[in-house]
Amino acid sequence: MDNDSKPKPERIVLTEAQKKRRRERSIAIAWAVGLLVLLFFAVTFVKGPGVLVRPM
Amino acid sequence: MSVVDQKAIELPPRISEASVADYFALLKPRVMSLVIFTALVGLMIAPGHVHPVLGFISILCIAVGAGASGALNMALEGDIDVLMSRTANRPIPRGRITRGEAMGFGLTLSFFSVMTLGALVNWYAGGLLAFTIFFYVVIYTMGLKRRTAQNIVIGGAAGALPPVVAWAAATGSLSVEPLLLFLIIFFWTPPHFWALALFRSDDYARAGVPMLPVVAGPDATRLQILLYTIVLVAIAAAPWPLGYFDWVYGVTSLVLGAGMLVLAINVYRHRTGSTALRATRRLFAFSILYLFALFAVLLLDVVARTVAPLIW
Repeated sequence: MDNDSKPKPERIVLTEAQKKRRRERSIAIAWAVGLLVLLFFAVTFVKGPGVLVRPM
Repeated sequence: MSVVDQKAIELPPRISEASVADYFALLKPRVMSLVIFTALVGLMIAPGHVHPVLGFISILCIAVGAGASGALNMALEGDIDVLMSRTANRPIPRGRITRGEAMGFGLTLSFFSVMTLGALVNWYAGGLLAFTIFFYVVIYTMGLKRRTAQNIVIGGAAGALPPVVAWAAATGSLSVEPLLLFLIIFFWTPPHFWALALFRSDDYARAGVPMLPVVAGPDATRLQILLYTIVLVAIAAAPWPLGYFDWVYGVTSLVLGAGMLVLAINVYRHRTGSTALRATRRLFAFSILYLFALFAVLLLDVVARTVAPLIW
């Protein structure tokens, strides 16, 4: 039996609107993660070696 | 018998079309703006120097924590939000975001806001932020809101905590001043929300939320608004004679307090028709200005004391 005769599994096809929204959400998450990384990086400069000291 | 519901398997998977704006709406941006402002005042009036980066991180974490609380609140109240005209346009009632997605979003933001504040600033502030989120979501939303007419009185503590968290972020401790700010917001909450509930009582009744006007009636609510306003004005002015805030704050709080009192008396006196509705709406609108102006004076005072030595 060749590949063409095999029944193809059903796949979800995203509409253009769904693709656009998913891309927008992904970009927003990327910005948020980027900002978080930047904040942690900035604090290492602000606190210097004291970054390891975390008072209660 | 199958463990998995056959219908669930047959249903097509739901593909989200939620936009970034929908998720942003889950954060209750208008509430968040007041949280940011009150927290900023708590941070600025705290003694000692706070590095701008750490100050920014503190306010950001408090804002995100407040937004997370809003998202969790909407996730838990999707069933009643759809019944009220004020909330029917939120992302969950409109079908843009599911309650599960909102719950996941809120829990994620809660975790990151608390952990970031704890790790980068101090764990005292982080713990207080976690308690604030817990209080708003578990005590207020899950516990009080649908059970008692005192829901917003006790639940108001959550909205009053941001300046306390900010003070803790700046100093690593607590003092009388942030507790005074806490008390001002705490006693401001009932007149503010009951004024809203008076002209939205049909909404709350339809949704089965036992707000005071629904349970005790509008006249009892008007009396409670007046009594809480008297307590609020006294508490807001108290820091001046007690020596915590200066005369500029004291005079402003008395002038604004007189305005709140006049409007609360109007709400108490006018009980029917369009005059009553107008009086209630005026009190609601002015209460926002009252809190904003009171905290703005404290902020301006700090700015003036910082800038004045540089000029003279």
